[in-house]
Amino acid sequence: MSDVTRAEVCAVACAEVYRDNGEVIASAFGTIPAIGVRLARHTFSPDLVLSDGEATAVRGTWAVGGPAEGDVEAWLPFNQIFTLVWNGKRHITMIPTQLDLYGNCNISAIGDHARPTVQLLGVRGAPGNTVYHPTSYWVPKHSTRVFVPTVDMVSGVGYDNARKAGRSAMRYHDLRRVVTDLAVLDFTPDTGQLRLVSVHPGVSVDDVVAATGFDLVIPDSVPETRTPTAPELDLIRTVIDPRNLRDKEVPA
Amino acid sequence: MRDKRMSLDEVVGELRSGMTIGLGGWGSRRKPMAFVRAILRSDIKDLTVVTYGGPDLGLLCSAGKVKKAYYGFVSLDSAPFYDPWFAKARTTGAIEVREMDEGMVKCGLEAAAARLPFLPIRAGLGSDVQNFWGDELKTVTSPYADESGQAETLIAMPALNLDASFVHLNLGDKHGNAAYNGVDPYFDDLYCMAAEKRYVSVERIVETEELVKAVPLQSLLLNRMMVDGVVEAPNGAHFTLAGESYGRDEKFQRHYAEAAKTPESWQVFVDTYLSGSEDDYQAAVKKFAEEQA
Repeated sequence: MSDVTRAEVCAVACAEVYRDNGEVIASAFGTIPAIGVRLARHTFSPDLVLSDGEATAVRGTWAVGGPAEGDVEAWLPFNQIFTLVWNGKRHITMIPTQLDLYGNCNISAIGDHARPTVQLLGVRGAPGNTVYHPTSYWVPKHSTRVFVPTVDMVSGVGYDNARKAGRSAMRYHDLRRVVTDLAVLDFTPDTGQLRLVSVHPGVSVDDVVAATGFDLVIPDSVPETRTPTAPELDLIRTVIDPRNLRDKEVPA
Repeated sequence: MRDKRMSLDEVVGELRSGMTIGLGGWGSRRKPMAFVRAILRSDIKDLTVVTYGGPDLGLLCSAGKVKKAYYGFVSLDSAPFYDPWFAKARTTGAIEVREMDEGMVKCGLEAAAARLPFLPIRAGLGSDVQNFWGDELKTVTSPYADESGQAETLIAMPALNLDASFVHLNLGDKHGNAAYNGVDPYFDDLYCMAAEKRYVSVERIVETEELVKAVPLQSLLLNRMMVDGVVEAPNGAHFTLAGESYGRDEKFQRHYAEAAKTPESWQVFVDTYLSGSEDDYQAAVKKFAEEQA
């Protein structure tokens, strides 16, 4: 399928993050992860729970970029969301401003925290998400600005810091995958270091290395990320993202 | 039963500089904005603010009213997302912050509501939240070992005790019974239970019988034990959204964010919207909407 775009490969890679997740809330920030969770539920992970982004869980499969069109199946106000986070019934994909070798993530501020040079949103739910339930990351533009040797501040907890904080931080800490516009990565068991899993068609391992500000773990052989099947492609193009918002996030 | 109706300025008259106040709502959603504007009109300063922050915190920062802030995030919920006045206060080092995980805010309010000194929570462990707080945030070890024989050490989230709380709901009576409509109560009940003085503004004050007929029982978020003052403030959450009463005024919020960019444009914004009464504000906002239509 030679006409498959990079954005479509990324969407399928984001969907794969949710394979075999069972009955949990699939929370996704960014257009392409939003396509991914809907694709996953529509095909291989039908038990996922999807929120309308406000306070209800919604059935069905609807287009990104507009209001949820499916039938409401449950109430998920913020208070309930926190309880579900604490209960572990969630797998979130967040967008890091900075990410390091051990998966520490910064979404709070750039510079010295007491007086930052750039103020972002604050830590939001990242400290809780990362110690309570599976967490993955989506990086729409893989670069040395995002993949840095040291994050300015730790919002989402990486493997080294979870270990330092002890058993209570490690118990449910589970960083799953990092999907970028170039590649899919995960974390090496034991060391917790970021590891290359696959490169997208048209991307070389050297491209990924050049765009990463630290030494990734690179296996001897790195496969290509799988491309969408014909039904998946049809679903993305006609149902989930008919307005092609995905190309705005990852240009063709 | 006590009639708790008050005006916005009477409520602010009960505040003192240096107080710790809680602001209900969430981001740019059902914020007690009329109360915030009333605080801007007063000479109250040096506030410590506890909030799921939005333009409420931004406006207080614009007037230099904030000394210290406890928050899980600060967001306008729509572009440009980052509140410009909060960002300015941060990048100039004007405020001290105790940033925390969103869930820690709920946990700290629950501790205060239950008159407990702390509640254990996992969120915060291993992150820089522990560094932002220094000695103000400690851990606690369980007296019970888990199945592996080890005891868990968790964050001991201190109670977020408040001198005063401000929340905005859709409907209430003059005694302080009040209801939200729409999809989310947020944490307004907890803010009230965590505070000494509790003030609720509502879109409309009605008789109790009308209130309880208007909404399902489950929507009656506040009872009169949780409220000291009730203010009727139609459109009082503007420019944030307010359940089924109205959506966010996106155009005006963008105008607010853009006005913050230069001292000149901000002075015009203050002169137009923030230099008179709440009625003056509402009239100017209506005029803005008509001009933008």
